[in-house]
Amino acid sequence: MISLLKRDLLVASRSGGALTLSISFFLIMIVLVPFGVGEDPLILGAIATGIIWVAALLSCLLTLDRVFQLDFEDGTLELLATAPVPIEAAALVKAFSHWLTTGLPIIIVSPGLGLLLNLPEGGMMWLIISLTIGTPALSIIGSFGAALTVGLKRGGLLLSLLVLPLYIPTLIFGAAVVNRGLLGLSVATPLIFLTAVSALSVALLPLATGYALKINLK
Amino acid sequence: MSIWDHANPKKFMSFSGFILPYISILSMGLLSWGLIWGFFFTPDEVRQGSTVKIIYLHVPTALLAINGWFVMLVGSLIWLVRRHHVSALIAKAAAPVGLTMTIIAILTGAIWGQPMWGTFWAWDPRLTSFLILFLFYLGYISLWKTIQNPEKAADLTALLCIVGTVFAILSRYAVNFWNQGLHQGASLSLDKTENISNIFYIPLIISIAGFLTLFLTLVLVRTRTEIRLRRLSNLHLIESRS
Repeated sequence: MISLLKRDLLVASRSGGALTLSISFFLIMIVLVPFGVGEDPLILGAIATGIIWVAALLSCLLTLDRVFQLDFEDGTLELLATAPVPIEAAALVKAFSHWLTTGLPIIIVSPGLGLLLNLPEGGMMWLIISLTIGTPALSIIGSFGAALTVGLKRGGLLLSLLVLPLYIPTLIFGAAVVNRGLLGLSVATPLIFLTAVSALSVALLPLATGYALKINLK
Repeated sequence: MSIWDHANPKKFMSFSGFILPYISILSMGLLSWGLIWGFFFTPDEVRQGSTVKIIYLHVPTALLAINGWFVMLVGSLIWLVRRHHVSALIAKAAAPVGLTMTIIAILTGAIWGQPMWGTFWAWDPRLTSFLILFLFYLGYISLWKTIQNPEKAADLTALLCIVGTVFAILSRYAVNFWNQGLHQGASLSLDKTENISNIFYIPLIISIAGFLTLFLTLVLVRTRTEIRLRRLSNLHLIESRS
């Protein structure tokens, strides 16, 4: 499993831009927003949380079709399915490497972008915490969608239609953590729910992902 | 005679073909009875005036929008456990009907909301959940449309339906948490003696029964079409082989 993770990361870093693609997209989305809504610091501060979370969702989506597609095309996935490691575990590792190449960079740059969007200071910590807990769920849920559409020629658009509705609970709880933190309210409830969504996704969805991959490899 | 007999497409076809005329006539009768009574022979409500009459469309379609998804879930589970093609096709057939019901519920709600709440749309939990349900229907239907191999399509959509159900329920509660509501709570329940005044209640129940039978009719017709399409494609396969 560790060697699979190493291999995935290596492929991601060498296959030209997979690593930088989603983070650049994230950056561009955030930069574009002030051009659309104006540079009023108050307005920007009020919508910063939502913008950053939605941008994180979309940039996660951008690289999802790479999670299984390339390995499906060159037959690696079939080898993985017959390997001693169960395919569910392989799916988990794949999602984890997707998170390392998209979720983690997003978390790292988010404070800087929060500053750009004039996110009030009290929210910064909660933004980082909510993204840290929430982005693994995004990668796991996304990899389930990617497994459903892996056999399709042009699955990208369908993938976003399937995955984005599944992201709604994560988005709601993630953004609620920051927004409540900003107002100085207790963040316990949304934080607990966000963690629950994330933990349940990590625990259960790889089973569904593995099943979808098996169906697609049949 | 157990329900599993209908897993045999031939038996299902003969049975559904037999009940289809009755159920569609029943549905037509109930719908015209309930709707005409509701629209023309009930008094206006004190505060809402005649706008209240949209309830005869709004409530039944909203009920079926949710239960349509439930039909898909049951069909998908049966398909995954017992591999009966008919149940997978019922799930497939129920999706567009459920989608239509969702759209009608949202539209009639908007038309009703304008005079009552002063707005066509509010990001109220119930309204938002229906919009989310609409998106889930769209995803499910597009997945069916995109995958060529019928067995694979049935498997993957069934899986999506099950995972989607979990996330749809999660979204429902997340949305509840996210925003306070403008929409009233549930008015109808089985354990109250009088839900709403009987003048409105009885035509409403008839309308619900009418829409329910309409839903059954449409799902049966669509399932029969799907079975015939499947037979046709098999015939083509045999022909191309010989």
